[in-house]
Amino acid sequence: MTPTYYLLLSALLFTIGAVGVLVRRNAIVVFMCVELMLNAVNLSLVTFARINGSLSGQVMAFFVMVVAAAEVVVGLAIIMSIFRTRRTASVDDSNLLKY
Amino acid sequence: MTGTMNLAAEVQQASGVASMAWLLLVLPAFGAAVLLIGGKRTDKWGHLLGSATVIAAFVYGVVLFLDTKSLGAEDRLRDVHLFDWIPVNALDVEFGLRVDPLSLTFVLLITGVGSLIHIYSIGYMSDDRNRRRFFAYLNLFVAAMLLLVLGNGFVTLYFGWEGVGLASYLLIGWYQDKDFAATAAKKAFLMNRVGDVGLALAIFIMFKTMGSTQYDVVFAQIGNQSTATVVSIGILLLLGACGKSGQFPLQAWLPDAMAGPTPVSALIHAATMVTAGVYLIARSSPLYSLPQAEDARLVVMIVGAVTLLIGCVIGCAYDDFKKVLAYSTVSQIGYMILAVGLGPAGYAFGILHLLTHGFFKAGLFLGAGSVMHGMNDEGNIRRLGGLARKMPITFVTWTLGYLALIGFPFLSGYFSKDAIIAAAFSEGGGRGWVFGGIALLGAGLTAFYMTRLLILVFLGKPRWENLKSEDGRAYHPHESGWTMTLPMIVLAVGSVGAGAILSGILPEWLTPSIGELVEEHGPLSHTLIAVLTVAISAIGAATAFVVFGRREQPVTRPARVSFPVRAARADLYGNHLNEALFARPGVWLTRFLVFVDNRGVDGLVNGIAAGLGGSSGRLRRLQTGFVRSYALSMLGGSILVIAALLMVRFA
Repeated sequence: MTPTYYLLLSALLFTIGAVGVLVRRNAIVVFMCVELMLNAVNLSLVTFARINGSLSGQVMAFFVMVVAAAEVVVGLAIIMSIFRTRRTASVDDSNLLKY
Repeated sequence: MTGTMNLAAEVQQASGVASMAWLLLVLPAFGAAVLLIGGKRTDKWGHLLGSATVIAAFVYGVVLFLDTKSLGAEDRLRDVHLFDWIPVNALDVEFGLRVDPLSLTFVLLITGVGSLIHIYSIGYMSDDRNRRRFFAYLNLFVAAMLLLVLGNGFVTLYFGWEGVGLASYLLIGWYQDKDFAATAAKKAFLMNRVGDVGLALAIFIMFKTMGSTQYDVVFAQIGNQSTATVVSIGILLLLGACGKSGQFPLQAWLPDAMAGPTPVSALIHAATMVTAGVYLIARSSPLYSLPQAEDARLVVMIVGAVTLLIGCVIGCAYDDFKKVLAYSTVSQIGYMILAVGLGPAGYAFGILHLLTHGFFKAGLFLGAGSVMHGMNDEGNIRRLGGLARKMPITFVTWTLGYLALIGFPFLSGYFSKDAIIAAAFSEGGGRGWVFGGIALLGAGLTAFYMTRLLILVFLGKPRWENLKSEDGRAYHPHESGWTMTLPMIVLAVGSVGAGAILSGILPEWLTPSIGELVEEHGPLSHTLIAVLTVAISAIGAATAFVVFGRREQPVTRPARVSFPVRAARADLYGNHLNEALFARPGVWLTRFLVFVDNRGVDGLVNGIAAGLGGSSGRLRRLQTGFVRSYALSMLGGSILVIAALLMVRFA
């Protein structure tokens, strides 16, 4: 059981999440990709904690989960209200705040 | 020829009558203030008050003169300390008066001639609605002029110097609704300013090198200064004198200044203010007498000689009564400047000529004013003629002034001008011959143009009989009232007698102020020079009789004339020279500066603003509003930061 595989998986998940944020238009999907990135980071935190035999990395992962949960609440509420006013959840259409 | 002999007499604090010398300044200043502030309420008696203050100042001046005369020669230099004017650290300017023979001489001239001209103005300006304001300005002038000659330091002198400049400006531009008068006033003010800069710079140098601007300190220390300092102060003072006295190359404003009323021309632009330059140089005699100041004195002499010739030559060609007299003034002041440039051999003669000139030139101007007063303000001498019978008093007084000016034996001019010519010859060597010769030639020319005036105005046929003045009235020449003739008579008496009386007593009287008169004998004896001068003047006068007296003169000036006459009519191209050397380049400079300002400075400022605005407008386009592109730039930025961290870590 080498930690390398876990780290590679974490990197893979992060990359998928990052690409998803950049290429997808639906706000919900973008949001899920952000969650994916957060969890990829969680994975690497836990892995490094295991490697170093210290608990702080794992504690950190819990903090990330808590913050992510709070973020989901706020983020979904914003997406909901945008959808209600504009009848769309596309991030490209919400481009009023510009030059 | 040392400066120390002037300091033989110590300056003392004044007591008794002299401690009240401030009255001289306050009286006319009070008159000016009342008349200017009182406004129309003083219209009825304004001219009387204006005259009374000056006459009172004259009376006090006479008392002061007698008081000073009763003292011994060594006690005649007195200072009256009034207050500390500018006590700032190293610069301590005292507001004080110097009561000494030189300033008293001027006080008597200014208040004496001033009183006569105030009285004359009552009649001359009787038709003017603003006569009160005229008297206020005249009073202001007298006050400033008295401050100029009475101040005991160069800063007080400068104060008066600017004051007379202001009064002169106001009075030249008296007929302000007339274009030429307004322009002439501006011209006089500007050209005076050029000279004033010189005087100001001279004062700055004095303060820099000697730490004071008071006469006693400056003259006590001037001998220890380097030649460069002495010469530069001397030449800068001369520049100031040139501006105020209408000397070459700043002579062009004086003839134009005749746009003012005639009493102004007589008082300010003939008898007093324009002689301030001579006063300045005579007052600075301890400086000019120094051996180091040799070069400065030479420049003074050259300026005087050039100016006296220019004045004579142009005077021969003009047709305007007052302008001929103005050029005559320019040339006579040239004599005075030449005289004071001669150093101890000439100071007293310069002042002597200044006094006699004050009498006869003021008289000549008042005569001209009387003629113009009776001839609907006609100043063109070609349209006059034969007025001797219509205006007998004016004719007689004017002729006496004329004889005095051309140096008729035993009248005023004979004593003062001959003395200057003789002193110029006795300078010795080539210089003596050149300056003496020029002065002698000037005497002949003076006789020529003055005789021309006499013939064209008073003698010959009355050419005005079939003419009408500009406003369409016929000419009815008549003698002026007593307020005008009385001053003319007094001045004529002065023109006749002043020279004989003053030439005897003046040199000795002035010794405490300007040093002893050094009599030098040149290659020609004084008698020979006197004979020569009279002979040359007689030739000049005779030539004028031959040229102008025998034929009838045309009413309009001949258009086809020889080159010298054309040049003289164009002021010997003095105005053209100023135009080409100063005015034109000045206009170019301002145009260039306006261009630099518009294009360069404004361009730079506006360019920076436009550049910033434009580039920020472009940069704004980066804010597209697309969340995903922001996310991409955040990703890119994060990668860059991480890459940088790693590079630092593993490099």
